Amino acid sequence: MLARFVCPATTGCLGLAAQAAARQVGQWSRAYAAAATTELTVRDALNSALDEEMARDEKVYILGEEVGEYQGAYKITRGLLQKHGAERVRDTPITEAGFTGIAVGSAFAGTKPVCEFMTFNFAMQAIDQIVNSAAKTLYMSAGQISCPIVFRGPNGAAAGVGAQHSQCFAAWYSHVPGLKVLAPYDSEDARGLLKAAIRDPDPVIFLENELLYGTAFPVSQEVLDKDFTLPIGKAKVMRQGKDVTIVAFSKMVGFSLEAAEQLAKEGIDAEVINLRSIKPLDRATIAASVRKTHRLVSVEEGWPQSGIGAEIAALAMEECFDDLDAPMGRVAGAEVPTPYAANLEAMCFPQVPDIVRQVKATVGRA
Amino acid sequence: MASAFARTQNGRVASSRAAQPCRAPLRVRAVATTAKKDSSSAAASKAKLTPEVAKDLYYDMLLGREFEEMCAQMYYRGKMFGFVHLYSGQEAVSSGIIRALRPDDYVCSTYRDHVHALSKGVPAREVMAELFGKKTGCCRGQGGSMHMFSAKHGVLGGYAFIGEGIPIGVGAAFKSAYKRRVLGDESSDSVTCSFFGDGTCNVGQFYESLNMAALYKLPHIFVVENNLWAIGMSHMRSTSHTLGDADFPYIYKKGPAFGMPGVRVDGMDVMKVREVALEAIERARRGDGPTLIEAETYRFRGHSLADPDELRSKEEKAAYAARDPIPQLKRVMLEQGLATEDDIKAIHDRVAAEVEDSVKFADESPKPEKGQLLENVFADPRGFGIAADGRYRYELPGFTSGTAAVS
Repeated sequence: MLARFVCPATTGCLGLAAQAAARQVGQWSRAYAAAATTELTVRDALNSALDEEMARDEKVYILGEEVGEYQGAYKITRGLLQKHGAERVRDTPITEAGFTGIAVGSAFAGTKPVCEFMTFNFAMQAIDQIVNSAAKTLYMSAGQISCPIVFRGPNGAAAGVGAQHSQCFAAWYSHVPGLKVLAPYDSEDARGLLKAAIRDPDPVIFLENELLYGTAFPVSQEVLDKDFTLPIGKAKVMRQGKDVTIVAFSKMVGFSLEAAEQLAKEGIDAEVINLRSIKPLDRATIAASVRKTHRLVSVEEGWPQSGIGAEIAALAMEECFDDLDAPMGRVAGAEVPTPYAANLEAMCFPQVPDIVRQVKATVGRA
Repeated sequence: MASAFARTQNGRVASSRAAQPCRAPLRVRAVATTAKKDSSSAAASKAKLTPEVAKDLYYDMLLGREFEEMCAQMYYRGKMFGFVHLYSGQEAVSSGIIRALRPDDYVCSTYRDHVHALSKGVPAREVMAELFGKKTGCCRGQGGSMHMFSAKHGVLGGYAFIGEGIPIGVGAAFKSAYKRRVLGDESSDSVTCSFFGDGTCNVGQFYESLNMAALYKLPHIFVVENNLWAIGMSHMRSTSHTLGDADFPYIYKKGPAFGMPGVRVDGMDVMKVREVALEAIERARRGDGPTLIEAETYRFRGHSLADPDELRSKEEKAAYAARDPIPQLKRVMLEQGLATEDDIKAIHDRVAAEVEDSVKFADESPKPEKGQLLENVFADPRGFGIAADGRYRYELPGFTSGTAAVS
């Protein structure tokens, strides 16, 4: 969206991460073809996922601000109005509580809405409907009325958008029983998880990242298949390693991979886990990794107190205590509302050097 | 027959034309209907009470009243607990509107929802058992007094947050329109009624819903049960008057501002309520969009069973008690020969037996088992995640009592 990124290294990081990812192909699971043939941006991954799922199931529709004629505030829904019509790609007034409630009510009655929030900050105006209606009704009705809805939109920091547009909501939503919370990183995640979310019978919070929309990642033919889905609740080991486990989600996965490259040059072999699913959290994969590496660092963009890293710390205590050779390290955003000034903002969110520094501290080297 | 469509106190059709300069004449009518002559007379003739309809309405109102009074007794005996909000006095609204709906229509309500559920057809046994927190309740004891749901009967809740249910109701209407406009089912014309109070009409979601229901021309009926009080906050103190009306803060006038007819009706008279409801339902089914109905009514008891109800005057309570909808209908039925004294006594006996039976059923029903705690958090129980050994958590023995669905 913005012409420039706050931190020039960021674009470089992502580009390098993508290249690093391509180099790591051989070490990944056999799901990937050795030759990843196509480059796909996260935006196109999301767009194609929405398009295919709408073609597959008539009950799927999209509503939100600017999703139709404007082609999407971030162009994620580009072309969908023209393809599927105004009844299925519905521009709403600025009325978050109202349109979220309508989406939830229509899901109760049998449709499958994809409710877009221009950013998840605006979803705070609708959080009553998300938490009290969507998340809790299946339980309150003892299984009679389910809510097959997806709430999606950009989450977390962008660049220079100020305090009210930069908050990460992963911790808030993952706290609530009845919600599933997903955070894709790359294009494979975006396609697979969004398709899985739309097909899922429960309410799913789908936390995208605005700065990743334009980034292209290599994807295999399998990812481009119209029935490609990823399992909800399974994390992905992006990079195998033996010295330390780095756990991250969304944009921080890219930063963690970049940090791993730098650490490798210094003889530290880091394993990087892409959570993909904040709720349910794939505790088994994290625990198995820590059993191997004996050291754990979590990385998140959001604020530290009661954040995702705090939950990973609880996991480390409860399930990995005897496997740890050092206390867990946590890299999180600065505990301030996001400032506007570019240099201050850069201090607010973890950068690659912050991750490198924390890993070194956890591994016991200065 | 006096027009059921209320005009302002001084007989003028509501208009704000005099107060504001306009480029074009502003025509705001208390009721706007596009009904052609024959369909309005069809509605009027449907509104004429037949013995069957009259007895059904009487039975339904009496069931609501006796049920709620029984709830009060049970609450004070400790059989039900938490927050319980009783509907006594407002039966004419529930019966007048909901008995005119079809089984495939939807109802959405607030925490004062027992009688809406009963009128829509949820068996008294299931409602009482739910209130007792038993597993035979309509929500297996998981919802409680404020969260009555029934997929079978189209009851979409039961919401503690007032205003929250209104967009949900509009959403069900959205689905009805979607089914017709997108899925091509020409026969899809189910209607949704959202019930809420005067206090709710100051919540933002009310206005958001009015706007979108009219904008998208949805088959939805907004029913304001204006009983003049939101706990201890009088409607007169909390709601601004519409321009030009010094006497009362009318809510029905907010409908035309959003492009839909607004109707005010005597909510203590079930026949008047029914007539208004039939017109609104017909309008919605035709595809002409939503209606806002303001029913003037009164709750004979406090806001909830914990409310000492000290702020309402004795005179006000007496005035409305004299307009009790149930004796009103009884008088009409006897006068018009729609029922005999014996018929009416039979209805009283039937209702008494049904309410007694519901209490006995609830009392004797078992409480939910421990395993029920974790059920129905997710439709897809894999949502509980993966356990340490790699299996999905819900697959571990003892996780549920065994009735969780495996997808």
